[in-house]
Amino acid sequence: MTKITEVPSPFCGIGTDDLTIQADGIAIKVVANGCAVNTPAFEQAITDTSPRVDGKEVTLKQATNRAAKLLKTANQPVIGGCATDVNGMRALMALADRNGAVVDNINFTGAKRNFLAMQDTGWINTTLAEIKNRCDLFIVFGCDLEAFSPRFYERYLWNKEAMFLDDTSAREIIYIGKAPSGNASTSPNKTKAQVLECADADLPEVTSVLKALIKGNPVFTEQVAGIAVADLQEIADKLKAADYGVVTWAAGALNFSQAELTVQTICELVKDVNASGVRCSGFPLGGKEGDQTANQVCGWQTGYPARMRFSSGIPEYDPFLYDINAMFANGEVDAFVWVQAFNTSAVPPHGGNIPTVVIGRSGMVFEEEPEVYIPVGTPGIDHTGHAYRLDNVVAIRLKKLRDSGLPTTAEVLTAIEQALVI
Amino acid sequence: MLTKLTGGIVYDPANKVNGKKKDIYIKDGKIVNKPRNVEPDKEYNITGKVVMAGAIDLHTHIGGGKGNIARMLMPENHRIDAVAHTGIKRAGTGHAMPSTFITGYRYAEMGYTAAFEPAVLPVNARQAHMEMGDVPMLDKGGYVLMGSDDYFLRMMTANKDQQAINDYVAWTLRAAQGIGIKVVNPGGISAFKFNQRQLDLDEKNKHYNVTPRDILKSLATAVKELGIKHPLHVHGSNLGVPGNTQTTLDSIAGVEGLPMHLTHIQFHSYGTEGDFKFSSGAAQIAESINKNKNISVDVGQIMFGQTVTASGDNMRQYANHGFANPNKWVCMDIECDAGCGLVPFKYRDQNFVNALQWTIGLEIFLLVKDPWRIFLTTDHPNGAPFSSYPHLIRLLMDKSFRNDMLSSIHPEAQKMSTLGTIDREYTMQEIAILTRAGAAKITGLVGRGSLGKDSWADITVYTENENREKMFEKPDYVFKDGEMVVKDGEVVKTVWGTTHVVRPEYDKSVEKDLKQYFDKYLTMKIGNFAISDDEITEDGRGSLTVHPTVGEKV
Repeated sequence: MTKITEVPSPFCGIGTDDLTIQADGIAIKVVANGCAVNTPAFEQAITDTSPRVDGKEVTLKQATNRAAKLLKTANQPVIGGCATDVNGMRALMALADRNGAVVDNINFTGAKRNFLAMQDTGWINTTLAEIKNRCDLFIVFGCDLEAFSPRFYERYLWNKEAMFLDDTSAREIIYIGKAPSGNASTSPNKTKAQVLECADADLPEVTSVLKALIKGNPVFTEQVAGIAVADLQEIADKLKAADYGVVTWAAGALNFSQAELTVQTICELVKDVNASGVRCSGFPLGGKEGDQTANQVCGWQTGYPARMRFSSGIPEYDPFLYDINAMFANGEVDAFVWVQAFNTSAVPPHGGNIPTVVIGRSGMVFEEEPEVYIPVGTPGIDHTGHAYRLDNVVAIRLKKLRDSGLPTTAEVLTAIEQALVI
Repeated sequence: MLTKLTGGIVYDPANKVNGKKKDIYIKDGKIVNKPRNVEPDKEYNITGKVVMAGAIDLHTHIGGGKGNIARMLMPENHRIDAVAHTGIKRAGTGHAMPSTFITGYRYAEMGYTAAFEPAVLPVNARQAHMEMGDVPMLDKGGYVLMGSDDYFLRMMTANKDQQAINDYVAWTLRAAQGIGIKVVNPGGISAFKFNQRQLDLDEKNKHYNVTPRDILKSLATAVKELGIKHPLHVHGSNLGVPGNTQTTLDSIAGVEGLPMHLTHIQFHSYGTEGDFKFSSGAAQIAESINKNKNISVDVGQIMFGQTVTASGDNMRQYANHGFANPNKWVCMDIECDAGCGLVPFKYRDQNFVNALQWTIGLEIFLLVKDPWRIFLTTDHPNGAPFSSYPHLIRLLMDKSFRNDMLSSIHPEAQKMSTLGTIDREYTMQEIAILTRAGAAKITGLVGRGSLGKDSWADITVYTENENREKMFEKPDYVFKDGEMVVKDGEVVKTVWGTTHVVRPEYDKSVEKDLKQYFDKYLTMKIGNFAISDDEITEDGRGSLTVHPTVGEKV
């Protein structure tokens, strides 16, 4: 039995790296600093260890050869999921480039709301350590933060000491939109978060009014989506009075049409606060299922985030056209590779009768057996690797915790790429 | 395997060879003397062609988070420059901030064999190395950015002695795997987080009570005392501010003779004269550089056209966001470590300020006398993409071409500039110093930038052409570590360069206090912070080359 400390997690997105785990053979147990997201993800048991073709166990070579054969003859191959580590993503991009495939990250439908806003007007953002040490006012738009990230408050807001705050428990927390599901946001001095509740779909209106108030534009109504304009005025005033206000949102949770415009309003109101003479930053939540990793690697290798294609030999980016769900619906896919090394329950979206290759975390259960299934190790458990945290700056070095003998995503995808050339 | 390059005209300032006909022999990746009684296995007849070492860019933003944000910010800029894959090359995109593969290919295809990322944030160093790990063809390395990190500023406020600062600097350099130390707007990135919107050389960071002058001196001293060969790499205070010539002159005086490299000096050489209250400080700056032998500079020339500025200086980037073209921009505060700002720019020759910026850069190039202390950069992508270097070389080597260009820019800028009165034309040997021998020397590289015995065979062969732009944009051959990798300006073989680092000694007990600081204030464990060697080498194509500190034996 081995005990390993300071274990970083690729699962929670916030780069928790203080876990202690116990490895007993291939069984993993989180013995300190686990949470509802990380503990099950680390402890997930290995089931399959052999690749399968048409439901029958085969060698890795047979499986990768079959996968290559499917891809080679396809007119429009698509690689979805992209949930892996940096090296896995590098191999994925190499395969896609050679094969002329579409690349689409599992969380891109959410993330695209951020990219569209960023690529249109930009933003002012911050990172976790700045929040931990500076943030005196924290506003959450439309997201149940503690469900997204159970240890966020404990690690980054209710930390005992901060470099630039005398009393961290005096930080002010405000929710606009969804109310929190628990009490994580209640400060150690028992102050509850202020909640201005509204439906997600009302956030465009509410954020627009708040932005107008920050700019000092006249607002000719007393209520917006059930929220008193006077209450929003108070928040505008607080943002302008704070030393370091931080405004957060989870693009994936803003699940309504054209939510990118709401993201943009949030980003622009942050700019307005800065223009008024005080500092304020945005903080987009994300970082799960390797999504930041996929976007980063795809970004430096092609210039575009991870919803793009190589079908014409050149990288082309379109946040709408290369959505695999839309492509499935339009019958535009004739070979499909699903890469998901983190999450056994994230099985491939159903694409009809499309030949499918799954490079997946061991333990996946399929309603319909794919043509090829290759169980792979999980980065940060079965092999070392790198994963990006939600704030896009910090790449964490993932550890190997056990010897499972499972191949890495990179090894499998590289083998498929090599088999394509033969 | 013995390779012979026969009959080339060699410009090798590292060995005082100036345009001499000379054969070059290569064995096991390195340059060797003519062996006796051994016939070459491969011979290239390059009679009459110009031979130089592979070029080295000592300041180019090719790896790291801000560059990747710049890429993501500009999809429209990539669409106009999409590059298809070939049998040996990966697909990718340009233009202003090219993707990693394209960066490597394009550099190699204009004769470069090494490039250094000048702003590696310690907390983002992993990304910098991973991105550079995907840049083929080139050797690479980075300068580690310090001076606005809270740990350092706390040390300054607490009046820690120089030895403690040195230990922390060396520890950080090791953790981030760099070859030099960089400071950006000293203390200013931190000050911006405390809502200071500007910071002069003698203005105090309102929380830490230290000035940029204090920081420059402390870090320049640390670099010198640690024996790091590359002088402290300084992006000074007040970037882009009219009148910053004085700040730059004061900064030079402020380091009191310590070695200092002032980067993209063009952006720090502005006066306030004339109707538009914007003028050239080039003459004063060049005079000061000529006088102070401890100072080296790279220019950060601007070129007209679309680019994107990517900088750690979020204070100045925020201040300049109004110039964003297209109108979108990003600023970030980063991890009690640093920050960044991305602002797209379109430099226009009919814009008075841009036109004068162009002349200021060229004036500095031509007025600084010692070619070993000035380097050819556009601060890629900030002044222009690196792909504009051949054009820049022509501007330096060809006076009549330069004057033709000068006559086409904003008329008021023409009137304000002394450029037309400068006769100097750079010689071939001087270009070889700026882009090879000098660059290798100032970054502390051993066995690069030279065609002498035992040097690594990074070699570029050009066909002589009166049109220097044409000559330098398409070498006949490029050899990397002895292998022919470019032929007729096209990559013919993909190779992976090494990562250059330097590792001065330090007192390991520095980690004791750092561990507590990490646990209390940062968001990762100190044990997960430092980049291990295998992170750079484990993919099977990366490698590390450790260079000696001053006085250390090779």
